[in-house]
Amino acid sequence: MAEKILTVRNRAGIHARPAALIAQTANKFASEVLIQKGETTINAKSIMGVITMAAGYNTTLIVKAAGSDEEAAVNAIYSLFENKFEED
Amino acid sequence: MADKDFTVLDLLDLDLKGHNSLNLHCLTGRRGLVREITIPDLNRPGLALSGFYESFAYQRVQLFGLGEVAYLNKLHAENNDSAIRQLFSYRIPCCIFTHHLQPTEQFTKIAEESGCPVLQTELESTEFSSRLLRVFSNIFAPKQTLHGVLVEVYGVGIILLGDSGVGKSETALELIERGHRLVADDIVEIRCVNGNTILGQGANKIISHHMEIRGLGIINIAQLYGVGAIREQKEVQLVVKLEEWDANKVYDRLGTKQNTIEFLGVKVPALEIPVRPGRNVPIIIETAAMNERLKSMGYHSARDFNQNVLKWIESGEAQAAYYGSDDIY
Repeated sequence: MAEKILTVRNRAGIHARPAALIAQTANKFASEVLIQKGETTINAKSIMGVITMAAGYNTTLIVKAAGSDEEAAVNAIYSLFENKFEED
Repeated sequence: MADKDFTVLDLLDLDLKGHNSLNLHCLTGRRGLVREITIPDLNRPGLALSGFYESFAYQRVQLFGLGEVAYLNKLHAENNDSAIRQLFSYRIPCCIFTHHLQPTEQFTKIAEESGCPVLQTELESTEFSSRLLRVFSNIFAPKQTLHGVLVEVYGVGIILLGDSGVGKSETALELIERGHRLVADDIVEIRCVNGNTILGQGANKIISHHMEIRGLGIINIAQLYGVGAIREQKEVQLVVKLEEWDANKVYDRLGTKQNTIEFLGVKVPALEIPVRPGRNVPIIIETAAMNERLKSMGYHSARDFNQNVLKWIESGEAQAAYYGSDDIY
């Protein structure tokens, strides 16, 4: 199990386009990838799940992955957040 | 329990309709609306008002009906506010007056000072208590979020589970096309009510009834198929696990034994359906739904079939013994 703390850095928060990016990225990995916001945990491979979190600017999330490529999956999601989903 | 604490303001904000409506509004003590309701029950504070504070359930919502208000009026006439002051020395989540009753001036003033919200409803005490307890049992029910699709097929609530990309959403779409209903796609929030029923609904009103179909994007089912194709919530009565066809795995061929999955302590019948190109999964699910209804009506296809086979073998053997012949036909 690998995990990392994420911060939403783009102004608009996680709307449809970033959610799609996250789901696409997560789908590249065989590991199960989960994102936790508060007490709710969602599957990062599902766009609707990621949107449901309604994570706004500066929200703190935790990404968790379990499987053969867990480290790579967590790092890929982390770099998406750090690059502000290529927005702003 | 809900993700965050349930406050009195949340209680006021609940969007309940018709015979569920609580018809609450706030009379005074607005700054206390942030107080949390931690215990899903109510208390009639008659004993406390008369001065008996042993085992006073102050963490509960305090309900003031005709009797309590008559006593408050008596206290007011006597100009005696010590009982009320003592009541509000406890941190009460909120006081609710039923029957459209008004608290006395001194009560309002002391409530305001102590920061305790006072609410009012026009419902009768009995009716209000039963509605409030029903609301509480919903809100304080154990909850869980599942990754799957909840559909209603022939009146049976079916949750489709399976790995990403196995075809849950596509199967659900085909079911909707065939006249069944979507409850929630992708994120299904389930909660246990009465300790024996699992209710499922979308996690969020804004995005429920939307689906993500690979290659199409996000589509709005309510707009595309009309309001008849959607449903707000539904009891989960059957679990269908979709999985890639595994040649080494033995799938159920008879259906005589009932597999179950446990959600929040409730066992729900479960089926495993292997997916392979050319297999029409929606039809299998429709059949599973009808079969489930038959079972609930007391007709169990697989079991009854087997009983008939057993009877037939027995009668055949009896005939063979009687005729003394090897050939029973």
